[in-house]
Amino acid sequence: MAIDWFAIAPEIALTVTALLVLLADLNLRGDAKQLVNPLAAFGTVVAIVFTVLLWGEERTTFGTSFVVNEYAVVFKLLFLGSLLAILGISWRFFAEGRYFQGEYYFLLLTAFIGMLIMPSARDLLLLFVALETVSIPAFVMAGLRKRSLYSSEAALKFFLIGVLSVALMLFGISMVYGFTGTTDLAGIAAAISAAGDPEPLLLASVMLVIVGFGFKISAVPFHFWAPDTYAGAPLPVAAMLAVASKAAGFAGLIAIAFIAFEPLAEVWAPVLGVLAILTMTLGNLVALQQRDLIRLLAYSSVAQAGYMLIPFGLARSGADGAVVNEAAVQAVLFYLVAYAVMNIGAFGVAIAVNRRTGLRSIADYAGLSARSPLLAMALTVFLLSLGGAPPTVGLWAKFAIVQAALTDVTPFGVVLMVFLVFNSVIAFFYYLKVVKTMWMDEARELDVQLQPGFNLSTVVAVLMIGTVVLGVLPGLISGATSLTSLVAAG
Amino acid sequence: MDPNTAGWALVVALFLPLVGAGALAMMPSSMDRQIRQAGVVITGVAFALVVAITASFDFGRSGELQFTTDVAWITAIDARFELGMDGISLPLFFLTYLLPFLCAIYTTKHLPSPGKPKAFLGLMLMLQTGMAGTFVAFDLVLFFIFWELVLVPMFFMIGMWGGSKRDYASVKFFLYTLFGSIFMLVAFLAIYFQAGASTWSIQALSEMAPFGSTTFQTWAFLGIFLGFAIKVPMWPFHTWLPDAHTEAPTVGSVLLAGVLLKMGTYGFIRIALPILPEGAIRFAPLIGILAVIGIIYGSLCCLAQTDVKRLIAFSSVGHMGFVMLGIAAMNEAGIQAALFGNIAHGVITGMLFFLAGSMHERYHTREIAVIGGGMLKKLPRYGVVFTFVAVASLGLPGLAGFWGEFAAMWAAINPGLGIADTYSGLYLGLVIFAAIGTVLTAGYFLWLLQRINLGDPLEKWAKEPLDDIMTIEWVSWTPLLVLILALGIFPVLIFGVQDAAVANLMGYLGG
Repeated sequence: MAIDWFAIAPEIALTVTALLVLLADLNLRGDAKQLVNPLAAFGTVVAIVFTVLLWGEERTTFGTSFVVNEYAVVFKLLFLGSLLAILGISWRFFAEGRYFQGEYYFLLLTAFIGMLIMPSARDLLLLFVALETVSIPAFVMAGLRKRSLYSSEAALKFFLIGVLSVALMLFGISMVYGFTGTTDLAGIAAAISAAGDPEPLLLASVMLVIVGFGFKISAVPFHFWAPDTYAGAPLPVAAMLAVASKAAGFAGLIAIAFIAFEPLAEVWAPVLGVLAILTMTLGNLVALQQRDLIRLLAYSSVAQAGYMLIPFGLARSGADGAVVNEAAVQAVLFYLVAYAVMNIGAFGVAIAVNRRTGLRSIADYAGLSARSPLLAMALTVFLLSLGGAPPTVGLWAKFAIVQAALTDVTPFGVVLMVFLVFNSVIAFFYYLKVVKTMWMDEARELDVQLQPGFNLSTVVAVLMIGTVVLGVLPGLISGATSLTSLVAAG
Repeated sequence: MDPNTAGWALVVALFLPLVGAGALAMMPSSMDRQIRQAGVVITGVAFALVVAITASFDFGRSGELQFTTDVAWITAIDARFELGMDGISLPLFFLTYLLPFLCAIYTTKHLPSPGKPKAFLGLMLMLQTGMAGTFVAFDLVLFFIFWELVLVPMFFMIGMWGGSKRDYASVKFFLYTLFGSIFMLVAFLAIYFQAGASTWSIQALSEMAPFGSTTFQTWAFLGIFLGFAIKVPMWPFHTWLPDAHTEAPTVGSVLLAGVLLKMGTYGFIRIALPILPEGAIRFAPLIGILAVIGIIYGSLCCLAQTDVKRLIAFSSVGHMGFVMLGIAAMNEAGIQAALFGNIAHGVITGMLFFLAGSMHERYHTREIAVIGGGMLKKLPRYGVVFTFVAVASLGLPGLAGFWGEFAAMWAAINPGLGIADTYSGLYLGLVIFAAIGTVLTAGYFLWLLQRINLGDPLEKWAKEPLDDIMTIEWVSWTPLLVLILALGIFPVLIFGVQDAAVANLMGYLGG
C-alpha cells in the first residue's frame, strides 16, 4: 500500500515540530527555554504552507480512510490558524509563569496533530484515534498549573467525563461494526441503507457514537466539565479547548453524521436539534449569572456550540436532503471560522488583563477603557461579534444558520429559529454587561501597568481587524466555505 | 452633478461621517476644542454635500431611483451593494444630515458629563452613517446592516452620557430593538427563498410581488412588523422609548426622535408594504387599531408626566400613532400623510428635545413643578420659542405638525385597497378616536405651557441669573424653527417631492 506522503505533509510537519520542540527543550536552559515558542510557530507556518498547497487537490491515502479535499483543507487551515494565534497568546503567559514550557508546546502540537487528522478521517477507528490524540494531551494541559488545586480539579473533571464519554463511544463503535461489518464511513452508510428498517439497537449505538463528540463540543448534558476546566486551566489552554478542540469535535461530528449515519438522519437530526435548543438556552441562562469573565466565556462557548448544533437538527436523509445537508455543513463551517476568530480574540484580551494582575472577575474590568482603550475596544468588538451585531463576522455566522434553516422550511426548523432569536437576545444581555462595565463603570485604583507584549497585541489586533473586515466582506471566507463539498469525499 | 450618473456622491455622503469618526479618533484627546470644531466641520461638509445632492436631484422624476450605485458585494448569498434615492428617501436623508450638523454645533457648547467629545462625536458620526444608510439602501441585506449598525453607537451614547438610570435604559433599548430586528432578518430570508429569484433588491422584489401564499405573506409580514413596530415604536412595543429618550443626552434624544424612529415607518413603507402587499392588507386594520391606542395612550401618559423630557418622549408615542394611522389607511393620501408626519415629527420633536436639554442646563431639573412657571418673564426668548414649538407639536394649522395629522385622519376615513369594503365602520371609529387624541394632545401641551411659561417665576429662580437663549443655541435651532414654519405654510415642499414616488409605491400595492 503506497502512502501519499504529500497528502499527510501538514501532519508530518507538525509531528516533526513537536519532536524538535521536545529536543530543544531538553537542551535549552533557563530563559532560553522560551525559544521553543517561535520554533513551534515556525513549524506551524510550514504546515500551513503545505496545507495551502493542498488546496484544490483531491487525494486519498491509507486505503480510503484518509481524504484530503477542500472541506478538509478549510478545517486544517482553521486549526493551524488557531494554533498560530494560541502560540501568540501563550508565549509570555508560559514564559513568565512557572510552567514546563517544552512539555506544554509538545502537548499542544500533539493535540493539533489529532485535529488535523479529524476532518480527513473517513473511518471510525481513525476518527477515534484522532479524537483521543486531541483529548489526552488536553487532559494534561488542563492540569499544567500544578500548584493550583483548581487546575488539578479542572484536569480531573475533564479526564473523568472525557474517559466516560469515550468509553460509551467506543462501545457504540463496536456495535456499529457488528451491525454493518465495516468501519469505513461510506461503507457504513451503504450497509445501513441496504439493511432497510434499522434495528433499535443500531439506533442506540449511533447515539452512543454521537455522545463521544457531544462531550468534545460540550453540548448539554455533556457540558459539565467545560466551565470548571476553562476556569482552572491556564488561559491559553482554555482558549484552545474552547475553540480548536471544539472545532475538532464538530469536524468529527460532521463526518459521522453526514456521511456514516446520513441514512438515519431522520432519527438523529431531531435529537441533535433538541440538544441544540438545550445547549444554547442553558448555556445562555447560566452565563447570565457569571461574575468571572472566563466562566462567562465558558458558558457563552457552550451556548455557541448550541447555535452550531442547529444545522444538524435540519439534516435530512436521501437525495432530497442533499441541498439542506450541504447548506447545513457550510453554515457550521462558516460559524466555526467566525467563532475561532472572535473567541480566541476574547481569550487573548482576558489573558492580557489577567497575566500581570491576576484579575478575572467582570467587576475588575471596570474602567478598562481608560486604562487601556485599545484592549477595551478589542474586547468590545469580540463580544459584540459573539452576540452577532454588525459590522462583525458574528452577524454573518448567525445569518448562515438562519439561511440554512430557511433553505427548506420545516416546523422544527421554525422552532429552532425562534429559540435562536430568543437566545441571541439573552446572550446580548451578558455581553453588553461586560461592555458596559469596561466603558461606563468607574475604574478601580490599580498600580499594575497592563503590558500585553508584542505577540499578544499582534494576535489581538489581527483578530479584531479580521472580525470587522470579515463583518464587512464575509465573502472572503464564505467564498471558501461554500466551495467546499463534503459529499464529494464521501 | 447628474443624478443619473453621480452615484459616487451618495456613497461619499454616506461614508463621510464614518471616515470622519476615524479621523476624530486620530486626534489627541487633549485637543478638546479642536475636536468639537472638527465635528462641526465634518458634519458641515457632509451636510453641504447632501444639499448639493438635493439641489441636483431631478424632482421631475422623483418616482425613480437616482444617484444609484449597484455593485456586487457578497456573491455567495447574492447580496449587492445597492444604493439609490427617490422622493421618499430624499426628505429623510436630508434630515439625517441636517440634525447631526446642528447637534455638532450644539455640542461645541453643551456636553454632559463625562465630557469626552472625541468619543461622543465619533459615536454620533457612526450613528449618522447607519441612519443615512437605512434610507438609501435598496438591498435587504445592506438595509439590515445599516439598520443594526445604529444600535451600538446609540447604546454607548445613552449608556455613557445618559442620566441616572442610563444602565437600565441603554440595555433595554438595545435588547428590545435587537429582538425585533432578528425576527425581521428571519422574515427577510424567508422572502428571499420564497421569491426564489436570488435577489435581495427591494425594487426587484417589489416588482415581483405578490408572491407566496397568503399564509406566507402573513407570517413574513408578522416578522417584519415586529422589527419595524418596535422601532417606530407602536403601542404596545413602546416601553423602551420613554426610558431611552429620558435618559439619553440631549443630542441622543434629538437624533432618536428626529431620525431613528423614522427608520421604522420608512421600513414599513419601503419594504413591508410593497413586497408583502397581501400581508399588509391583512394587517392594516390591526395596525390602525394599535396606532389609535398609541395616540390615546400616549396622550393620557403625557397628562400624567411630571418630567418635561419624559412628557415629550410620550408625546412621540402619540405622534407616531398618527403616522402609523396614515400607513394603515393604505391609500396614497395616507402614505403621503405618514411620510409628512414623519418629517414634521422629526423636526418638531427634535427641536423640543433641544429645548428640554437646554432647560435642564439652566434649571438642573426637568421636573415641571420645580421649574414652576414664569418662564416667559424669566427667560422671555426661550419662553416664546418653547411656546412656538409646543404649539407646532400639538398640530396648530399653519405649522408643520398640522398636515401629517390632519391628512392621516382624512385618509383613514376612506381606506384603500378594498379595506373599506369590510372595515369602513372600524376605520370611522379609529378616526373619531384619533380626533379625540388631537384634543388630548392640545390639552397636555397647553397645560404644560401653562405650568412652565405662565405665571411668575418661583422665588428661588427669580434671583438666579439664568441665561436666555445663547448664540450657539440660536445657530443650531434657527434652521429647525424655520423648517417648522416653512413646512406648515408650504407643505408641498414635502408632498410635492414624494408625490411620484408614493404613486409608484401604490402601483406595487395594486391600488
